[in-house]
Amino acid sequence: MSINWQAFQLTVELAVIVSAILLAIGLPLAYWIAFSRLRWKFLVEALVAMPIVLPPTVLGFYLLVALGSRSPLGRWWQSMTGHTLAFTFTGLVIGSILYSVPFAVQPFASSFSSVDRKLLAASATLGASPLRTFFRVVLPLSVPGLITGVVLAFAHTMGEFGVVLMIGGNIPGVTRTVSIDIYDQVQASNYAAANATALLLLLFCFAVLTAVYGMNRRKPWTVGPVK
Amino acid sequence: MPMPAAKPVNPILTARIRKSFPSAERAFSLDVDFSAAPGFTILFGPSGSGKTTLLDCIAGLTTPDAGRIAEGKRVLFHATAPDANAKANISVAKRGVGYVLQDLALFPHLTVEKNTEYGLAHLPRASRKQRAVAALQDFHIEHLRQHRPAQISGGERQRVALARSLVTDPCVLLLDEPLAALDAATKTKILDDLRRWNQAHRIPILYVTHSREEVFALGERVLVLENGRIIAQGSPHEVLRAPLLETVAQLAGFENIFDTTVESIHEDRGTMLCRITTLMPGDEASSVLLETPLIRAEAGSPLRIGIRAGDILLAIAKPVGLSARNVIPGKLRSIERRDMIISVRVDCGVEVEVYLTLAARDALQLEAGREVWLVIKTHSCHLMQK
Repeated sequence: MSINWQAFQLTVELAVIVSAILLAIGLPLAYWIAFSRLRWKFLVEALVAMPIVLPPTVLGFYLLVALGSRSPLGRWWQSMTGHTLAFTFTGLVIGSILYSVPFAVQPFASSFSSVDRKLLAASATLGASPLRTFFRVVLPLSVPGLITGVVLAFAHTMGEFGVVLMIGGNIPGVTRTVSIDIYDQVQASNYAAANATALLLLLFCFAVLTAVYGMNRRKPWTVGPVK
Repeated sequence: MPMPAAKPVNPILTARIRKSFPSAERAFSLDVDFSAAPGFTILFGPSGSGKTTLLDCIAGLTTPDAGRIAEGKRVLFHATAPDANAKANISVAKRGVGYVLQDLALFPHLTVEKNTEYGLAHLPRASRKQRAVAALQDFHIEHLRQHRPAQISGGERQRVALARSLVTDPCVLLLDEPLAALDAATKTKILDDLRRWNQAHRIPILYVTHSREEVFALGERVLVLENGRIIAQGSPHEVLRAPLLETVAQLAGFENIFDTTVESIHEDRGTMLCRITTLMPGDEASSVLLETPLIRAEAGSPLRIGIRAGDILLAIAKPVGLSARNVIPGKLRSIERRDMIISVRVDCGVEVEVYLTLAARDALQLEAGREVWLVIKTHSCHLMQK
């Protein structure tokens, strides 16, 4: 058995970083989507949902252009760090975040908006600021949705292929993730190695999801279904 | 932040509120102007009359289009002031208005104790806990401290919601049909606890209900709201009982309605005597005479008299030295419990229904067949042309 541990470790690292960042930027974004009354909110919602339907190669292509040395962002990055964003781990993180945004933000937002508005009103009449209401009422009641969102983002990043291939290439130890490795092994007719790595990924993802859904099941005050 | 220290000496709530909800199929507008002194003020009206909107405006959850809401000298909301500086709209969180919502809105993930402590975030942990426990004791639910809302009964949840609001020392308390879902006995007990609390704190309490019984049970000042307007205010008696201009519809609400003939007129005393002609089966003539207020009628003319069951006193010995002019002997036929009231039927030539409280029934030890006397004030007899 020749499992590519380097690729596996790199992928887990990428998925952990991406889901952590998505948790941080997803909470305010989801809060805004759930509670804003702005009329053009639907535009942002559509934008957030785009990666679900967009072919990864399309997203990857535009990211490659945006991160490359011809774009203002790419040039700025290059002047700051001395190298381009494309074909680096950082570039991979940026691409994966964009690609997994809906998988985190949509469960967050749907569990935020399923919190009974009466509870928010009650919290306000008891003297709580919107921020305190968010941390003491909205967030605790959205825990299942938060877990679902983070895990979906994690699992989605673990298995991503198209975006990584477009903007990361295939650099061992830097941008070579598990799915790219499996693809490589298959291309080289190395089925045993492909199988070993694929099986590991399969079991790992299954274990993580099982743990999470098991945890969610035990929450006694889950309100409403979490999608 | 609730303001326990800044309690005004004379916390009278004054509110002038205009708020419209334009809508193609069902436009609604609220337009009220009233004040509420410390103690209960009952907001009575059918559903859709604007009661909840009114409370939402006072709590700050809804912004009125125009008007002014103040608690003593503290202006909570002022839409259009002569100078811009006087404009005010204190945020919900800073108003210090206690609001028990219709479905309570207890935090499901917090224990009873944590729910009660929720509004005390500005205090150090120890005094927070101390005050929460004291409030829970006031409402007799201290033993439920570690339970979650889902684990306790409806009446207990109601007590938690009251304790949670009152522990913050609100300057005004808003109660939106707080006891609608409870049985009569629980209702009475919670109201007693709330009354006791308010004797110590003396704040205006706006109590929304659409139940007539609750209005009479609370027996305090009533504002009648209909279609977004206050159409009457006063004591339950003044507001919900018709004056002398009874119509058929109004008289339909009376438990006792008798056909009578005017026997004699006493203009000097402002009264007249009417003989009841409604007969019980088997009787030929009734000997029951009622003294009623004087209206423009002639002796011998037929009149209909309505008497509310709750307006009649019941005595187990012949009472003497009363101001009431009608004391009628009879036999108690039946006793029946209805919600918070006891309905007693008495045969005194005609059958008369009398409402008593639970306590009165127990004190008098009533049973069927007992001799009783009914006492009816002249002005409890409401007259209508037949």
